[in-house]
Amino acid sequence: MIQLFRDPTYDFIGKRRWAYVLSALVIAVGVVSLVSKGGLRYDIDFAGGTLIQVRFAERPQIGAIRASLTRIQLGDSVIQEFGDPREFILRLPLTKLPSEEIIKRVQGALGAEASLGKFEIRRVEFVGPQVGRELQLQAIYAVVAGLVGILLYVAIRFDLKGGVAAIVAVFHDVLVSVGMLSLTDREFSLPVLAALLTIIGYSVNDTIVAYDRLRENRGRTGAFRGIGFAAMMNIAVNQTLSRTVLTALTTFFATAILLFFGGKVLEDFAFALFVGVITGTYSTIYIAGALVVEWTAYVEGRLRRGKKAVAKA
Amino acid sequence: MPRNLWPRIVLVALVVLGSVWYLYPPKQTINLGLDLQGGIHLVLGVETSKALAAQIDRVAEDLKAAFDRKGIAVKRVAREGAAVVVDIASPQVWTDALTATNDFTAGGGFERREEDQAAGRFKLVMSERYAAKVKEDAAAQVLERLRNRIDQFGVREPTIARQGPDRVLVQLPGVQDVARAKALIGQTGLLEFKLVERFVDETARAEEIERELPPDQQLLPRRIVDKETKTERRVPYVVVRRAALLTGEGLSEARVEADPNSLGNWQVGVTFNSSGTQRFGEITERNVGRHLAIVLDGVVTSAPRINERIPGGRAVITGQFTVEQAQDLKIVLNEGALPASVENLEERTVGPSLGADSIRQGVIAILASGAIVFVFMLVYYRLSGLIADVALGLNLLILLACMAAFGATLTLPGIAGIALTIGMAVDTNILIFERIREELRLGKTPRGAVEAGFTRAFRTIIDTHVTVLVTAAILYNFGTGPVKGFAVSLFVGLAASLFTAVFFTRLLFDLIYMGRQKVSAISI
Repeated sequence: MIQLFRDPTYDFIGKRRWAYVLSALVIAVGVVSLVSKGGLRYDIDFAGGTLIQVRFAERPQIGAIRASLTRIQLGDSVIQEFGDPREFILRLPLTKLPSEEIIKRVQGALGAEASLGKFEIRRVEFVGPQVGRELQLQAIYAVVAGLVGILLYVAIRFDLKGGVAAIVAVFHDVLVSVGMLSLTDREFSLPVLAALLTIIGYSVNDTIVAYDRLRENRGRTGAFRGIGFAAMMNIAVNQTLSRTVLTALTTFFATAILLFFGGKVLEDFAFALFVGVITGTYSTIYIAGALVVEWTAYVEGRLRRGKKAVAKA
Repeated sequence: MPRNLWPRIVLVALVVLGSVWYLYPPKQTINLGLDLQGGIHLVLGVETSKALAAQIDRVAEDLKAAFDRKGIAVKRVAREGAAVVVDIASPQVWTDALTATNDFTAGGGFERREEDQAAGRFKLVMSERYAAKVKEDAAAQVLERLRNRIDQFGVREPTIARQGPDRVLVQLPGVQDVARAKALIGQTGLLEFKLVERFVDETARAEEIERELPPDQQLLPRRIVDKETKTERRVPYVVVRRAALLTGEGLSEARVEADPNSLGNWQVGVTFNSSGTQRFGEITERNVGRHLAIVLDGVVTSAPRINERIPGGRAVITGQFTVEQAQDLKIVLNEGALPASVENLEERTVGPSLGADSIRQGVIAILASGAIVFVFMLVYYRLSGLIADVALGLNLLILLACMAAFGATLTLPGIAGIALTIGMAVDTNILIFERIREELRLGKTPRGAVEAGFTRAFRTIIDTHVTVLVTAAILYNFGTGPVKGFAVSLFVGLAASLFTAVFFTRLLFDLIYMGRQKVSAISI
């Protein structure tokens, strides 16, 4: 029988301060990257604009593409190689022109540049200012709804402490993922948002398994009597450790394959999931449980002080 | 023997049969999203306020005609915002003028307001209800006419649907000629015949000409196609009388013809209906020797000279059309102009070759993650792992069958959702198996451990499922097409895993271990 962990007794909760430092560092790196780059780069889904994916018959000079686009004066366009040296993505900012006109002009400009040769337009995405704004609002709504839904569920199923800690852990995962997106210069698009929401579901899922175990243990008398809350949490995390890591592994495989073989269109989406699985597993072990312990200790400390005060009086 | 073995076997068999039934043959039963099979996704904004303005303009025209008929002298009848303002010429006609508007206020569409007898001015204001109706009718008619155009164009399984009060969603899967389809949908198709005042120098600046025009005249451009680059540009062409003598409403039929004067080009011949024929005859008779501009959506296609009265009610629209352009113009003229122009709010177009690439990569991703998870479970949990693998296979079968049965659409993120489901669905089995191992370590008998493992893990499984299902439901509610596809496969895959990883796996365990008299060990 292969077994990753046999009755593990790692002291996760005891080392929680180190975990806080690590999380703070990773998040700080992300925040610095975000600030220095002036925020997340929004994809046209949110910012509005036009995206055109072109495949050239011959490997083109990127300078020639840029020169032809400059000539039609559609604003600052971004030209990006996309998975193949013959394939490019052109991103054009919002203008007052209708989308057909923009595409026609780009097509004309690329066609007029003889050195570029033949090309095929494989994908066009145009998002007008109205739709972009709506999508931004909906995105915020979706993330908030996801967080609130999970908070409510965990709070009802377990307790408020657990709910809040789970949300903090999830928020931590989202922060880390967004930071990594910024660090690797990826764009925030609708699929990336979907990935973030999936991470929310996934991360909380892990956390719940540990909480469930904690509650089951507390319900039992005998072996667990007389053990402090921190130790009990540690036992629960250890008991569910092999499951947490195994599931993380299978999901990790799936996202890694999506990232490396899923194609360029899905790459940012798969990257967000990939980071999310790692941080989601980590936060289950180190953040969610630790926060409940921290909170319980604080409440118990106040209670004790309160009792002492009463005794003195 | 455990109880209820046979009913459970029958249930599983029914589910498998049902899934195969819905899924066969998969090429026809699974809807591929636009991002996989290629196609056009458009969200069009109907400019209903323009339809409203046009309607009020028409009422102003009618009112003016009514005053003329009754010999009521007015200085001005014009639209101002959502109202028609009337300035009468002399105080004597005040009562008559008010009476003349009764026809317009009778239906409740307009109300008389701000009557100022001293200044000789009053307003006819469109009621909110009527305005809402005009807008609604415009949007409904745009939808109707777009549907007809697309039917004529011949697209398999298009989606044309209203989205809110002034939006239309158009999805055309598998369209090869994207530019052509978009041109067909986006053009208003307003055909007008206008009398030419004079031709202008094509190199002149439009603003300079327009500055000197009287209000009842306008400058119209003409389209020039560059043969080399196939790009188009517009140049100033003619000054015409603003009022259209005849519009596309007077047509009965349009057809494609070869252009006899220009080899390789095509033209569209139109036949007027009876009132259109009469009107066209009068126009040509009255204006022999002048030029008549044929204007399509504000651009002159041609401005031929009227040599004589044309009695037969036929005309041709020429303009260096390719055969496709001529065909599409025919469709547009036959189906009628849109009552309001449409604007592209959102467009997502994927060419067929990119869609095919995406499918290939997606299938590779699913197969690869399936293979890794399969081997991993087999190596780590041995026979039990194999059971979980069979359950995973059943999960994928049910997932695809559900998508086929509900007519859900498989998108590229949806494929990612399936790959992810593979990773997450075995989670349930891992939870159960780890629990069984733990119970075994605590010294339970194999049978007792299986029993306890399934029961104890069940509550946790429900909890973990609910959280992911909640996020998937939120994603579905908010997302656009491709993201919705992701939510669907995640949701269905996880819901199915409750059946496969718990119910079905348990059945296999029972079949393998519970039938025997004594179980000494389980392979886990």
